[in-house]
Amino acid sequence: MFGVLMATLLLTVALVGSNMDTILTQGVVFQVRAEITENPEIVKSFANAEEFEKFVQDQIQQRIKTLGLDEPWYAPQRIGLTMFKILTLDFGHATFLTSDSGSSDVKDIILEKLPRTILLFTTATIIISIIGIFLGAISSSKVGSKIDRLTSSFAIVSSSFPVWWIGMLMIFLFAFVYQIFPARATPSISPTDPGYFAALLYHMALPLITIVLIGFGSWAYLVRNFMVGIMQEDFISAKRTMGINQKRIIYRHALKNAAPPIVTILALSLSGSLGGAIITEAVFDWPGMGRLYFEAITVMDLPVIIGATYVLTVFFLISIFVADVLYGYFDPRVRTS
Amino acid sequence: MSNVTTNEIKRELLRSKLGIAGIGILVILVLISIIAIIIIPLDTFKEWNNPSSWLTYPKTSVPAWVNNFQSEKIPEHKILEEATADNQIVGDLHIHTKQFKFNYSFDDYPNDFIYEFTANYFGSPLIEITAIRPDGLSLDLISSSLPYSESLVTHNERIFSTDEAVKKNLSLQSQKFNFDSTHLSAEDIVFSNQMNHEILKGEYIVVVRMFSTNPESEIKSSSLIIGGKAFGIMGTDELRRDLAIGLLWGTPLALFIGVVVAIGSVVMGLLYGIYAGYKGKFVDESMMRFNDVIYALPALPFLIILAVTISNSIFLMIGFLMIFGWVGVAKVSRSMALQIKTKGYVEASKMMGQKNSKIILKHIVPQLLPYAFASIAISVPAAITTEAGLSFLGLGDPSFPTWGQILHDANTFGAASRGLWWWIMPPGIMIAITGLAFVFIGNALDAIVNPKLKKQ
Repeated sequence: MFGVLMATLLLTVALVGSNMDTILTQGVVFQVRAEITENPEIVKSFANAEEFEKFVQDQIQQRIKTLGLDEPWYAPQRIGLTMFKILTLDFGHATFLTSDSGSSDVKDIILEKLPRTILLFTTATIIISIIGIFLGAISSSKVGSKIDRLTSSFAIVSSSFPVWWIGMLMIFLFAFVYQIFPARATPSISPTDPGYFAALLYHMALPLITIVLIGFGSWAYLVRNFMVGIMQEDFISAKRTMGINQKRIIYRHALKNAAPPIVTILALSLSGSLGGAIITEAVFDWPGMGRLYFEAITVMDLPVIIGATYVLTVFFLISIFVADVLYGYFDPRVRTS
Repeated sequence: MSNVTTNEIKRELLRSKLGIAGIGILVILVLISIIAIIIIPLDTFKEWNNPSSWLTYPKTSVPAWVNNFQSEKIPEHKILEEATADNQIVGDLHIHTKQFKFNYSFDDYPNDFIYEFTANYFGSPLIEITAIRPDGLSLDLISSSLPYSESLVTHNERIFSTDEAVKKNLSLQSQKFNFDSTHLSAEDIVFSNQMNHEILKGEYIVVVRMFSTNPESEIKSSSLIIGGKAFGIMGTDELRRDLAIGLLWGTPLALFIGVVVAIGSVVMGLLYGIYAGYKGKFVDESMMRFNDVIYALPALPFLIILAVTISNSIFLMIGFLMIFGWVGVAKVSRSMALQIKTKGYVEASKMMGQKNSKIILKHIVPQLLPYAFASIAISVPAAITTEAGLSFLGLGDPSFPTWGQILHDANTFGAASRGLWWWIMPPGIMIAITGLAFVFIGNALDAIVNPKLKKQ
């Protein structure tokens, strides 16, 4: 697992490495020039332009060397250093972006965005899974009934709509036609205001509704399919012949047996929710991880890109691990093999 | 897994309702693509991101058919190109006439009107435009001479209703109206009733005359544009582009992206998985670890990084999408290959000394084909929505406008909060319909491949 994490990191660094160098080198050149314009004495101390230019170039070269930029980004010690820094959660400073409080430390920025993403997407995931499990259980108990067919077709239809497009429609409907919710999800009041949290919740409503609306169908469908498989098992038929009532069978016995795959998926989607959805956050202008990522990429703020990718991958790997462990806990058969 | 043949799949697919629905939608989409490619020249489509080629179109106008559902008719944007031409010679003067006839029956004034022409001339001919209104009143709009030239030149000009000369001419004729017209724009006067400031409906004729002393002077091509707020089947966007063209051309593009990505990634995954499963042991172990690495990569962030740092060309994008698409298929086909490998006939052919490649292609791949078909159909929608998503973020290939890019533009111009529904709804619906077609087919195929699901 650690190997996977390292491979991901290496890939990210490799993809953005050369760009990072160009940007850093440009930064050095800019810095040197700026220092010289600030101190006019330096310019005066040179006899002619050529000499002055040579001095500037020397300065630039010297700084590039001290930063280690004279070696290509793929030189082993540079990659090693970068990886080590990232591993110790030292992401460095962002080039352009800052957190709301003004800090340009990547760690601060990520720590500021993460709670908001958790607030929106993790809440949505929890609501989705609760609705999904109940709806799935109900429709599996009445296979072929109206509610079952409705759930299945809703699942198929909703899964082929892009969430962000539904988001645009929701903005159109509830922010333009019926002006119930704000179109932009970022509250306009400052984060220190006591009413901030309430405003955030109000602004959160529209994206939350959208995500839940699109998500719960496929959850219900998934749960239903697991349940239907289990409901055909012999032990359920045995319970039925024993005269145990349907509801008890579904919620006590069938759901328990369907738990392993459901829990696995739940764990995966919970961790997936931490990354937010880049596009959904872009549509609703939600100030979370997804939008941070998108902003970082559009302005090529490389430390932020690397940091965010790293954090997301870590969460993902942890959740795969947790899902594996939970699977073993719920399904003892896995443990023996 | 079952041993269904391709023919059986076809038969079964045509028997299931979902399958038929899916195929039906797909056929319609293919037809739309063919129509788009035939009727809209590639050059028009390539001009999508070139604002100057859309100048004659109206800004953010609703589809014209909206008028059918409204009592208040929104003025339709008209581009009149056909005019009755006429040549007269009076003494030394050659009079070249163009007449535009049109019926104006909307409940609002037009936005503006523009006369665009290309003329070949010597000397300095005079251009005169007169509007003859349904009530018989004729209004002189402009009379101006073209810049002097000694040799034959081709001259291109646009005369706008907002031109000072037009305004001046109309104010000279203000006594023809019973109301104060000094502060009104040209189109508000021309299309207004004489008595009160209300719209005059009926047939208008715009006459353009060019007086010249030279017989070779002529208006080569010209068009009269009556600027409205409704246009075409699909309306236009903020940049005056005809959305119908973008939507039509988006269809073949989306199908191309979806199908190529799906086939590519399924074939890749299939071969990779089978090879790993067939070889087993160390090869299998290391190949599956590599598979795990790709699986653990966050797909969308990486796609975005790739698009930004490498290239956003549509063909490379298809390649990138494939990289993230094959992982699941590889896992499943590996486990299937592991099962098939132990079958007697595989062992037998191994003993007979057949080559590995032959065993894989002859004995294992055909068994997995039904599964492959189902997964191709299922992975198409994901490919289309992912591409649309990337385009929506503004990372699409600018030379190939897809539905996602139309939505990107809609979002940047705040179409949702401005209520420009015709800009948001159609692209999304098209994406969803295309996705649905393949989901239907995929589900039907899935039911055939895994007969266990059918009972439910």
